[in-house]
Amino acid sequence: MKKRNAISGRIQLLDKDAIVKDAFKAMPASARRLFLGRAATLGGLSMLTGCTVVDEESAEKLLMKVSRFNDKVQGWLFDPNKLAPTYPESMITRPFPFNAFYGEDEVPEVDTADYKLAIGGMVSDKHAWALDELYKLPQTSQITRHICVEGWSAVGKWGGVTFSTFLKRIGADMSAKYVSFKCADDYYTSIDMPTALHPQTLLTFTYDGQTLPAKYGFPMKLRMPTKLGYKNPKHITEIVVGNAYTGGYWEDQGYNWFGGS
Amino acid sequence: MTPNVATVHPGWLRITHWLNVIAVVILILSGWRIYNASPIFAFRIPDSVTLGGWLGGALLWHFAAMWLLVVNGVIYMAFNFATGRFGRKFFPLRPREVIGDMVAALKGKLAHDDLTHYNALQKLAYLFVIVDVAVIVLSGLVVWKSVQFSWLRVLMGGFDNARIVHFFGMAALVAFIVVHVIMVALVPKTFVMMVRGK
Ligand code: HEM
Repeated sequence: MKKRNAISGRIQLLDKDAIVKDAFKAMPASARRLFLGRAATLGGLSMLTGCTVVDEESAEKLLMKVSRFNDKVQGWLFDPNKLAPTYPESMITRPFPFNAFYGEDEVPEVDTADYKLAIGGMVSDKHAWALDELYKLPQTSQITRHICVEGWSAVGKWGGVTFSTFLKRIGADMSAKYVSFKCADDYYTSIDMPTALHPQTLLTFTYDGQTLPAKYGFPMKLRMPTKLGYKNPKHITEIVVGNAYTGGYWEDQGYNWFGGS
Repeated sequence: MTPNVATVHPGWLRITHWLNVIAVVILILSGWRIYNASPIFAFRIPDSVTLGGWLGGALLWHFAAMWLLVVNGVIYMAFNFATGRFGRKFFPLRPREVIGDMVAALKGKLAHDDLTHYNALQKLAYLFVIVDVAVIVLSGLVVWKSVQFSWLRVLMGGFDNARIVHFFGMAALVAFIVVHVIMVALVPKTFVMMVRGK
């Protein structure tokens, strides 16, 4: 996919998936779901046997059911006290790879002056946060491994406020099931409350000691070393606490929702 | 049906063997697609021989078939131990016999008149593939959940290394399947036995 394969330094062959990704952007959500209908098919298997052995729609339904089951298993496996490994500065991957569902030249430019982080759902304080206000919260930083669903991984340093601290500050109902995110690039995703409260889950404003650059998610990225890259939203504009399942950009196309590591 | 011919492969073995084939085929073909999303080596696998259509689809297949592989594998091993078959079928396994059978096989003289027993090479190959599948499952657990299975991650030499172990485990499995299927084709009666039991 749209990855500068800096980790391996190898030249990436043109990836069909990158083209697919670009095509997705132009597609309305309903068409995307239809696309999955064909995408999650037996593909190679029907090619091997020379016929369509299984009704593709029911195969896809079954696969999605197993994926929901895998969400449950992962929720059950998740240990809120288990920490992801941290690394020394010397192990930071430079340059850290850019990855999104669009190219690096299409990264959204968020205007600092106008920016406000909207808060909604099951919280007692719904006031929108300006960046200055967020920067005044207690800050911490962490060097962890970012693992992409594609299989590559890279070590990076993110800094910001521990997300559980922030959730407490806005008076979030911690018994809610989900925390959902909306982003300036129209990306969206949602996570389970136990992961939101994990001590290493940070709402980050810096990368490697600098203000988070646009390509890494300015003005903020939710960084969870216990989840795959696509679960870590960038350019966040709205956070909602609630019990309604809201899915996610990739999750709605078939990526596993829990996406934990 | 000739009642005086004893069953060589009990029903549970035949069922678990063929379910395993289904799981392994799905896992390998979808695994190749997942590999292509971020190749570890300087080659990719032609998309046309992979399963899933795109990364997301391949992952769905992979993370569904893994349950079949593991649950079925546990049942296979449980029956094997509970019936004492494991010890009878695969042991004793003497290095001298392995070498002897290897020489005989290279000369094209490996005897297969008695199909109720596995020769030493078969024993070794089957034990190897059982261990190989276990290694693939364990390294797969690290690739899937490297934070939760931290002790396994350390054992596998870290996340990136677990991917390499997982890959070579697959490669060894593919090599086994190629040889295994050729051997079965050379002695087709074994195939009938794995279907009918005798
Ligand atoms: C289409 C592919 C396959 C065919 C046609 C096939 C066929 C057979 C046959 C005929 C036997 C009995 C051999 C004999 O009686 O001498 C056998 C045994 C065995 N096969 Fe396969 N096989 C296939 C794929 C696999 C795969 C993918 C695996 C493992 C990943 C596997 C693992 C084994 C094992 C472990 C045994 C020994 C089972 C026991 O006795 O407990 N096979 N296979």
